[in-house]
Amino acid sequence: MARYILGRLLGLIFVLFAVSLITFLLTRAVPGDPFASGERRLPEATQIARAAKYGFDQPILIQYGRYVWNVLHGDFGVPFQSPSQTVVDLIKQTWPVTMKIGALTILVSYPLGIVLGLLAALHRNSLIDYFVTFGSTLGMVLPNFVVAIWLILLFGVGLGWFPTGGWGSPAHFVLPVIAYSLLPTSLVARYTRVSLLESLGADHVRTARAKGLAERRVLVWHVARNALIPFVTIMIPEIPNILTGSIFIEQIFRLPGLGRFFVTSTLTRDYPMILALVLLVAVVWGLTYLFTDLLYTLLDPRIRLA
Amino acid sequence: MSATASGHVGIETASLATPVQTLEGIAGRPISNTRRALRRFFQQRLAVIGLLITGFLVVVAVFAPVIAPTSIETADVMSANQFPSVTHPLGTDAIGRNVLTRIIYGTRTSLIVGFSAVGLACLIGIPLGLAAGLRGGWVDFAVMRVVEVMVAFPGILFAMFLVTVTGGGVRNIILAIGVTTWVTLCRLTRSQLLSLREQEFVQAARSLGVPETRIAVRHMLPNAMAPLIVAITLAIPTAIFAEAGLSFLGIGINEPTPSLGKMVADSAQYIRVYWYLGFFPTLAIALAMLGFTFVGDGLRDAMDPRQN
Repeated sequence: MARYILGRLLGLIFVLFAVSLITFLLTRAVPGDPFASGERRLPEATQIARAAKYGFDQPILIQYGRYVWNVLHGDFGVPFQSPSQTVVDLIKQTWPVTMKIGALTILVSYPLGIVLGLLAALHRNSLIDYFVTFGSTLGMVLPNFVVAIWLILLFGVGLGWFPTGGWGSPAHFVLPVIAYSLLPTSLVARYTRVSLLESLGADHVRTARAKGLAERRVLVWHVARNALIPFVTIMIPEIPNILTGSIFIEQIFRLPGLGRFFVTSTLTRDYPMILALVLLVAVVWGLTYLFTDLLYTLLDPRIRLA
Repeated sequence: MSATASGHVGIETASLATPVQTLEGIAGRPISNTRRALRRFFQQRLAVIGLLITGFLVVVAVFAPVIAPTSIETADVMSANQFPSVTHPLGTDAIGRNVLTRIIYGTRTSLIVGFSAVGLACLIGIPLGLAAGLRGGWVDFAVMRVVEVMVAFPGILFAMFLVTVTGGGVRNIILAIGVTTWVTLCRLTRSQLLSLREQEFVQAARSLGVPETRIAVRHMLPNAMAPLIVAITLAIPTAIFAEAGLSFLGIGINEPTPSLGKMVADSAQYIRVYWYLGFFPTLAIALAMLGFTFVGDGLRDAMDPRQN
């Protein structure tokens, strides 16, 4: 087990190197110059001096080597879009915003999805079932950026209940969390329903009923346990997604979170910020995958780690 | 063993005189799995609805120039910002373009991107998955490392990069989305082959001395097809969604090519008054996603051999 985890962590380090190298090369391949924007063009001498300051006059592999060296020392550079801070500062400042929205989304959507899925499965082909199935399908096919716009229009502009965007009071959380929860809630509800139905029809459940176990005991011990595995498959991989933020939601609601920086960094060619964001997402993803695989072995003893 | 079993069934059907419906396959011509799956597919209401929706959208996309009420270049500034009416069934936008025309062509863009991007993903992902699953060894190792790196990359960010590198436009969007979606298909192909390799019928074929290529082509591939077809179908709405998203962020399809995502984004500033500008493109996106998702789900249920 320890050897397996160690191997996976080594693999993750390889992945991080590859990801950072690809991103590094890509950022350098992107046409456009981070210092070219702005009202007036900088004098040529200044441009050369700037390029030298950030090391752009060096060969690309040396630039990359220097970057890796700095990163290993905890220095991710200075974001071009706000040169008075470091990348680490900026991430420290923005990630909590994204995490708060993300954590709330998980807290809302997972329990809600489970309850809806449970109700639908236990009352199969009832009105509740149709409602849940229809709603979750809608939640999966409507892009969240579209939903966000309509939420703003309805509750922000029309009814004036919640602010249309921005950050500060708890009221600012409401609309983004609703828009963001839609997809995970739908996914969880759908999978809960399907896996419960499958589990309810399984032979061992029929046997448990046949030998006269109380219905509640059957549900808790025989049905729920097997229905857990699809949960892990669907729910855990969503977590890094949610915690690293949605580009769309943060853009629309003008949230000062990580997701928004994905867009602004790409558009303004903010190389250090892009690299840091990609590495961050890669680390969060890698660790989540490892965690999921370990969890599988706990839930299903038949699954063995290779 | 199998001979005695079928002989036994044959005697029974003969004595029954009228063959039982479920024994059709034995009494008459054997029903192929494809036909059985098709029959099951058409028995599902949602799947048929999905097929009708996608069929409708494909017709709209193919015959866009014929169906659209105005030409795609038409922008009549004098009749800008008109609410839905008889002359403009879904209204006009801020520079007087017919919204229905834009949506029809936007659907065309969506479908072109959806099909082509997934096609590209198949061209990259399936051969790599086949190579990894069949060859194993260092090929498998190399492919899986590439897959791992791609998985760790935030997909939308990678697509955004590629689009900024290549400069947008339909072809580059297809490229960006295709390059980010092949991973799923590659992993699926590989995992199918890996699990099939251990199944009894493949081992039986192997122990009978069937050559490896023949085992791969005749025994493993047909069995790996069903989940792949489902995954490919379900990748199409994802690609459509990705195009809408990128265009929404302003880094996708460029003007004047219409894109549903871009229409939604553009509508945001006028939406308080001109609600229809955002509403109908939203409907079109939802319809496209819904259609393909229903078809994909229907195919999954139809091709699941555990069903009867």
